[in-house]
Amino acid sequence: MTGPSGRRLAGLIPLFGHRPPGPTRSGPAAPGPDPAPTTRFQSRGLERFLALVCARPAAEFVDLGPVIGANIAFLGERVGCKVHVEDLYADLDQHAREGTLDRLPAILRQRFPLPDGSVDAVLAWDVFDYLDAPAATVLADELTRLLRAGGVLLAFFGAPGPRDTYTRYVIEDAQHLSARFYAGACPRRPGLQNRDIARLFERLRVVDSVLLKSGAREFLFRKPDRAGR
Amino acid sequence: MMWKREEAARPSGTASGPPPASPRTTSVPGDLERRGEHEPMRDERASIGKSIVIKGELSGSEDLTVEGQVEGKIELRDHVLTVGPHGRVKAQITAKAIVVLGQVTGNLTATEKVDIRENGAVEGDIVAPRVAIADGSHFRGSIDMQRKEAAPERAARPEAKPAAAPAASVPGQLAGV
Repeated sequence: MTGPSGRRLAGLIPLFGHRPPGPTRSGPAAPGPDPAPTTRFQSRGLERFLALVCARPAAEFVDLGPVIGANIAFLGERVGCKVHVEDLYADLDQHAREGTLDRLPAILRQRFPLPDGSVDAVLAWDVFDYLDAPAATVLADELTRLLRAGGVLLAFFGAPGPRDTYTRYVIEDAQHLSARFYAGACPRRPGLQNRDIARLFERLRVVDSVLLKSGAREFLFRKPDRAGR
Repeated sequence: MMWKREEAARPSGTASGPPPASPRTTSVPGDLERRGEHEPMRDERASIGKSIVIKGELSGSEDLTVEGQVEGKIELRDHVLTVGPHGRVKAQITAKAIVVLGQVTGNLTATEKVDIRENGAVEGDIVAPRVAIADGSHFRGSIDMQRKEAAPERAARPEAKPAAAPAASVPGQLAGV
């Protein structure tokens, strides 16, 4: 892709694909009686994301996904950061069930009580795959507002999976994630084009973008510091 | 009565009402036989039953299980607080370890560990060196597992809040940027 910073979609190397026979040891239990299928894949975006975050002392994260013990343990005990859990998927699910998804932009504008420039990193996972354009714009603005100068944001776009499912991303190590699907009421939307993604985060710079074999795209953004870097 | 024993009532802590003397502390010197009778009590846990409602400040020096409702503040600095499946707590909690199987609203501070079990729910901020969150639990808030020794480093950051620690490096090879 050619983003505003002129960076190209870097990763054309097939990165993910193999499906282990059962749930991974660190994967979360699926809701319901049957264990959800788990896909394990290498994430260059996560690796670079962690490298950038680790360079920042006492980093603070915002995790937009459901709370997952393995991720908390990894980020808290091994990376040594503070994690703010803001499960947007639960919000999405609630509003989808109540038929109030059209209120999301207004809700998202008030959703994050944290002050401007107060966090070092955001794990957005694939939440933008579930938002319409107005809600996605508000969320991107809010996340940009939360980031400190030099802060980073990792997001996936066009992630694979059944339409009416969400994905739990479990950090297995600094280079690998496992993804597990679970049923949800908010359907995935058609994936955003790269130019739409660049427009959403026009105040951030694309540090890296990787096209996975599955068709998902990992984007790593960084908020420019005062020197504009 | 605020607290009750599994087998014998034994109020304790700072809950309202004058607490009766604890079996551990009421033994008469020299009365070894009577003290021996109370020895099994050491293995029992104080508990707040399902029908008990406490509003106020609660502290103690033994492990406690809450199955009822508590609003206010709980302080068990060197002991374990367990919020049972029926427990409903709206309080600031400080303890050595906190195990949640019920519902807690408020900030949790543990010197050792916070453990949110399946079906447990916490809304509040957690500060503890170790945090375990089971699948099927609910959590909303922040989790701070940073080591305290790095607080000065964090304080040096203009936009940073106090109470933090150094970012440990991630084991494994991380690509430098």
